[in-house]
Amino acid sequence: MNALSIDTAARKAWMGLLARTQPAHLAAFMPDLPDHAVLRGPEVGAVMVRGRVGGTGQPFNLGEMTVTRCSVRLADGAVGHAHVQGRDKAHALRAAVVDALMQTTEAEAVENRILAPLRTTETQARSLRATKAAATKVEFFTLVRGEDK
Amino acid sequence: MYVAVKGGEKAIDAAHAWLAEERRGDTSVAELSVAQIREQLALAVNRVMAEGSLYDPDLAALAIKQARGDLIEAIFLIRAYRTTLPRLGASTPVETAQMAMCRRISATFKDLPGGQILGPTFDYTHRLLDFKLAAEGEVPTAPTAPASLDAVPHVTAMLNRDGLIQTEAEGNDTPPDLTREPMELPTTRPLRLQAITRGDEGFILSMAYSTQRGYGRTHAFVGELRIGTVAVEMDIPELGFSVEIGEVELTECETVNQFKGSKTEPPQFTRGYGLVFGQTERKAIAMSLVDRALRWKELGEDNTGAPAQDEEFVLMHADNIQATGFLEHIKLPHYVDFQAELELVRKLRREALAHGEAAE
Repeated sequence: MNALSIDTAARKAWMGLLARTQPAHLAAFMPDLPDHAVLRGPEVGAVMVRGRVGGTGQPFNLGEMTVTRCSVRLADGAVGHAHVQGRDKAHALRAAVVDALMQTTEAEAVENRILAPLRTTETQARSLRATKAAATKVEFFTLVRGEDK
Repeated sequence: MYVAVKGGEKAIDAAHAWLAEERRGDTSVAELSVAQIREQLALAVNRVMAEGSLYDPDLAALAIKQARGDLIEAIFLIRAYRTTLPRLGASTPVETAQMAMCRRISATFKDLPGGQILGPTFDYTHRLLDFKLAAEGEVPTAPTAPASLDAVPHVTAMLNRDGLIQTEAEGNDTPPDLTREPMELPTTRPLRLQAITRGDEGFILSMAYSTQRGYGRTHAFVGELRIGTVAVEMDIPELGFSVEIGEVELTECETVNQFKGSKTEPPQFTRGYGLVFGQTERKAIAMSLVDRALRWKELGEDNTGAPAQDEEFVLMHADNIQATGFLEHIKLPHYVDFQAELELVRKLRREALAHGEAAE
């Protein structure tokens, strides 16, 4: 795997995390924004969500979801993009700024200060949900049958 | 026929002011917040998202509040809002096999990889009113158990290994979109699924029920019902790769249906498919039954003339906003239309009476 593809995988991961996070959580870790120029948006729109027939077949249109997108450029020239779920423009702006910062020398600090705690929150929430589901898993047992006597 | 008439502005303003007052109800009772509706009436929110065809729990909750709990009115508000949004793109098809599930049951296999997970279900409750909910009280904490976060394969994928179930035709064609182009008959399965997933729950339920009672019988078993969240991913042109733009909760139902085979196909099971926004189990099961019933031609089955086999009947009457619009327009002023009818009836009566007198 070359360096570029590792970067892309990492970038996809943080962009996804920023898109899924609650706007208030991101805002709490990021009260102030560095100098930036907004290149596009923030713009609220809809994305058509698709499924597949039978889960594996041809695509079909399931319905839309609200998404807000934004692109920014930092003072040092780094460009960040964001597509985040929902209609919160401040969320999209912050996500785009984080995406840009992650391409600068600030990356490690941003990872530790913002992304790591967001990831922890998400992992804990997912894990809690999974453990509640696991508690409702049915343990079957067979009753003694008449002919066994 | 409509004729422009002036007047009524004051009456309309007063009516709307009263509506706002009635919406609020008794002011000595605390006002509902949108967040309370989103969190505590989540299944109503899910229905509005599914039939409004827009996944946004906050907007759906707001619509429910504005509509005073009239869900079809709320769906109407969501449909109207979504037409104002620019379309930013379309997602890659969601991977339901990777779903983070809160519920997963199968009526066809007792023991299956991943197990039977009941989740937060009404099943096995006694359907007795719980008066504890009328009093403020502590909420019990749900128990937990060690869990695996691994993806669980679909039941149909397991059946498919033995060739016992029909394989879905693969493809990556851009699906037709009935929100962009009017639906034309005959349709394709992707278009039918879009129409059914946003169709009225009551209508789809009744159509599905009619197939169970013998009008287009398809002998369905719920092979699998799963509820949970999936990631939504979209190609971003300026990046040159796809990213996750969020996640949605979905209910998916796959039915396994009897099929005795045809000239070209050996006997095997066939499938019906339901996929709906939110935790919407009744709708997803109903959708899969209706989907299967509409496949009679493709599978070489007999058309018994059952309503659920008639795609025009099902698809043209499934949308509750279209239905409401046409139904309710007859309450709007038709004064001139009716004046013409009145004149006609008067004329016919005069003639009939004159004819009677002449005969005497």
